[in-house]
Amino acid sequence: MCNTCGCNITPGNRKHAYTPVAGTTAVSVLQNLLAKNDDQAAHNRAHFDQHGVLTINLMSAPGSGKTTLLEATIETLKDAFRIGVIEGDLATENDAARIRAKGVPAHQITTGSACHLDAHMVHEALHHFPLEGLDFLFIENVGNLVCPASFDLGQHRNVTLLSVTEGDDKPAKYPVMFRAADCVLLTKCDLLPLLEDFDPARAEGYVRNLANDAPVLRLSARNGQGLNAWFDWLRQTRAQQQARLAAGGTTRPKARPEGAPLNETPA
Amino acid sequence: MHELSVCQALLAQVAAVARAHDAQGVRAVRLRVGPLSGVEVSLLKQAYPVASAGTLAESSELLIELAPIRVKCETCGAESEAQPNRLLCARCGDDHTRLMSGDELMLMSVELVI
Ligand SMILES: Nc1nc2c(ncn2[C@@H]2O[C@H](COP(=O)(O)OP(=O)(O)OP(=O)(O)O)[C@@H](O)[C@H]2O)c(=O)[nH]1
Ligand SMILES: [Zn+2]
Ligand SMILES: [Zn+2]
Ligand SMILES: [Zn+2]
Ligand SMILES: [Zn+2]
Repeated sequence: MCNTCGCNITPGNRKHAYTPVAGTTAVSVLQNLLAKNDDQAAHNRAHFDQHGVLTINLMSAPGSGKTTLLEATIETLKDAFRIGVIEGDLATENDAARIRAKGVPAHQITTGSACHLDAHMVHEALHHFPLEGLDFLFIENVGNLVCPASFDLGQHRNVTLLSVTEGDDKPAKYPVMFRAADCVLLTKCDLLPLLEDFDPARAEGYVRNLANDAPVLRLSARNGQGLNAWFDWLRQTRAQQQARLAAGGTTRPKARPEGAPLNETPA
Repeated sequence: MHELSVCQALLAQVAAVARAHDAQGVRAVRLRVGPLSGVEVSLLKQAYPVASAGTLAESSELLIELAPIRVKCETCGAESEAQPNRLLCARCGDDHTRLMSGDELMLMSVELVI
């Protein structure tokens, strides 16, 4: 986007661009408010692509089971893939310690009480976190169904968790978050027999109402049910990204434009 | 809630525009915000006077135009208005739609005192 020559004024938005008022000069800008974050995210993505690592952003309400799912994922995949984790639990080192106990490198972003991660925090974390040789980088975002969806971190895919204890209408109440999901995981499904009012099909229906055709997987990290479909999704998503990288392309989460070229060299 | 940090990003952009035009001050800042941007307009309006205090944009007016949610159907081609949690085609009801408008978080223009 160029803000000086006016090339980002399209027929669709031109009518909004100019509103002169007596005594002042109206200057048209037409820039996304999060442009700086988005630039940093593109830079992060170039780092990931340079190292051939697939980066996945995990988002959910607090306590939906992100760290537990990562533990189970590492357990099964660590012999076949090299995995790294960036943790966004800003107040404690607990989650990173749980991941390290599984024998996988983990970096905890500790910036106090922020309610979401942004691209600058992730870039800073990359200085402490070598990407060399990694196959998967998981970023566990701050437990919050609102803010994290607005900030691109440079990830290739968004995964949103919804635990069955939260209620099946969450996708209707948090459309921004669930629209951003490339894969939705209904977690803690071992508890479904106790929670008659959570209907997985209804939860999926609310996701479809957001024009989102992402897979909606039902699983439990506690008893292991449904985990194989999640592992298959991870393997398949990684294979697809490897093919894109080989062809000189990359990918971004679905709610954002697709197919950006690898034209950026990270500093 | 991140409306304060969004405000700070906004004010950095406004300051850059004001500097580039050697402006004496900022009279108004115009945004276009969609319901699917993830930003709450009322919170943004609350945060703005706090974030702009002591800057060139102090006591400037924040004018927010709400962008409608519009989707285009990939099945029947119709374009229609939609609700934040119901982005279906109004003509055929299909859920294969593309968002045409509604997730904007745009700084449209700045009115400067030169
Ligand atoms: N019954 C059941 N409990 C689970 C499952 N997965 C996680 N839990 C429990 O849910 C609680 C929260 O799990 P975490 O993995 O820490 O959740 P989180 O999303 O990482 O939490 P934050 O990082 O604090 O947002 C813990 O008590 C887990 O033992 C599951 O599949 N079934
Ligand atoms: Zn956690
Ligand atoms: Zn860098
Ligand atoms: Zn936030
Ligand atoms: Zn249609």
